[in-house]
Amino acid sequence: MKRKLVELAHARSGDKGDTANVGLIAKQAKDYPLLVKQVTAARVARHFKGMITGPVERFELPNLHALNFLLHGALDGGGTISLKTDAQGKVFSTALLRMEIEVKR
Amino acid sequence: MSARPATVRVAGGQGFWGDWLEAPYRQVTGGPVDYLMMDYLAEVTMSILQKQKSRDATRGYATDFVDQMERILPTVVERGIKVTANAGGVNPRACAMAVADVARRLGLTGKLTIGVVSGDDLLARLDGLIARGHDLQNLDTGRPLHDVRDRVLSANAYLGAAPVVAALQRGAQVVITGRVTDTGLTLGPLMHAFGWPRDAWDRIAAGTVAGHIIECGAQASGGNCLSDWKTIPNLAAVGYPIVEARGDGTFDLIKHPGTGGRIDVAGVTEQLVYEMGDPRGYITPDGVADFTTIQLSQVGKDRVRVSGVRGKPATDKLKVSIAYFYGYKAIGTLVYAWPDALEKAKAADRILRQRLDALGLKFEAILSEFVGANATHGPLALQDVDAAAIPEVQLRVGVRSPDKAAVDRFTREIAPLILNGPPSVTGFAGGRPKPEEVVAYWPALIDKKTVEPAVELIEA
Repeated sequence: MKRKLVELAHARSGDKGDTANVGLIAKQAKDYPLLVKQVTAARVARHFKGMITGPVERFELPNLHALNFLLHGALDGGGTISLKTDAQGKVFSTALLRMEIEVKR
Repeated sequence: MSARPATVRVAGGQGFWGDWLEAPYRQVTGGPVDYLMMDYLAEVTMSILQKQKSRDATRGYATDFVDQMERILPTVVERGIKVTANAGGVNPRACAMAVADVARRLGLTGKLTIGVVSGDDLLARLDGLIARGHDLQNLDTGRPLHDVRDRVLSANAYLGAAPVVAALQRGAQVVITGRVTDTGLTLGPLMHAFGWPRDAWDRIAAGTVAGHIIECGAQASGGNCLSDWKTIPNLAAVGYPIVEARGDGTFDLIKHPGTGGRIDVAGVTEQLVYEMGDPRGYITPDGVADFTTIQLSQVGKDRVRVSGVRGKPATDKLKVSIAYFYGYKAIGTLVYAWPDALEKAKAADRILRQRLDALGLKFEAILSEFVGANATHGPLALQDVDAAAIPEVQLRVGVRSPDKAAVDRFTREIAPLILNGPPSVTGFAGGRPKPEEVVAYWPALIDKKTVEPAVELIEA
């Protein structure tokens, strides 16, 4: 069955220049491998299609049951240049949590 | 040398310039702390301060900090609490003089030594550095600084903990710095208190992680925390986070008893990943921390233990934060009401753009957002929603251009839509938007050996 990431994970995001980061954290350690397997950089890039202009990088933090995504070209230039409401990428976190993944039931 | 303490408490007092004015006072009065650290400097703050200093040589620092010190200095002096703050901006000496004045006014003459850390300001040295082959290439674009040299407003190297340690060793109770890293304001006290050598890379990394966790204030103690956010108690009286460190580099995150908020593994994890790049290499002037080695455990109510942090040697570079004049921008808004709120806002946006086109105005960027519909989550937001049922939508249009006149003309095209555009429009009480100057950020690296931090002491 499909479940939204918001049920399985929480997240926080921030900015570095024109790059937004999203730290995606499994609520329960047992779900971390599921995130590693399904929430790939390619999948995240597709999820944010039209919202970012650059590539997506992914880093694993198994110690924190977390993945860190860098979304390049996400902030219309970033910081003070950006015209976006979310110029500092604060809510890309919950935008990622809209993604659905397949969970065995 | 006096005996090393078993534990040292560093309290986070301000996460940014503009953070909760009550927090520093609550941190120094709510329970025992040894140090209070306060972060004031965002990347663009330095350019604003540089502008202030160019108008008045006695300014260029975070004035709010002086007001804070007026409130907390009696407690700080009485309890022997030390303070580290990068409130000095581009004029840390003037900031220290202002704090010394306050101390004297409070009857603390002779009772306060203030350390001033400078040497980060490279603005006056830029041409010499460029001439000697330091390109100061933009880390994102690779362009040399030469391209925007005539528009540079500020340039500051990020100093690390070392000059903070030096100031503390020379007896400073309050250390006021220019562009010292946020993490250095926490690591410095720990290095000083425990006598950590500069090449104790694991402990340097641990102190850096500690600094990262508390540098955003309450973001580590329940603020902006998504995990079970509805159950976080009493954010109205949130307790800001405190690092309780041991000499071996392990530390606990705590907050004062009786305060609101929550310190748990989930919340601390959220703060750890905040603004994170490659977690294996969190680079500061002091060393490189590996965030994939951090172990967290809940060892008590509102007490999270951090251990296992490993580090690597510092690099031979310092990051330089440069601000330069970029152009102008303006943002105009109007609010549309049900029925068809989103459709009306979109129609207004189309009309506005047709008029801007007809006027022949050129912009580097024009961005339309529909607040209430897609401003935060873009196209993802409307997938599960009946767009026609949205009760209200704010049209928010921004433009950016090197041409101030074009931006100014744009600001005059918003209000007419109230009478000559789609219906059910309101929310324009703020009047015509104002074109604002855009100051952009230029990150670069420079050889560490070109930057010499300086420490000076001022007695109140």
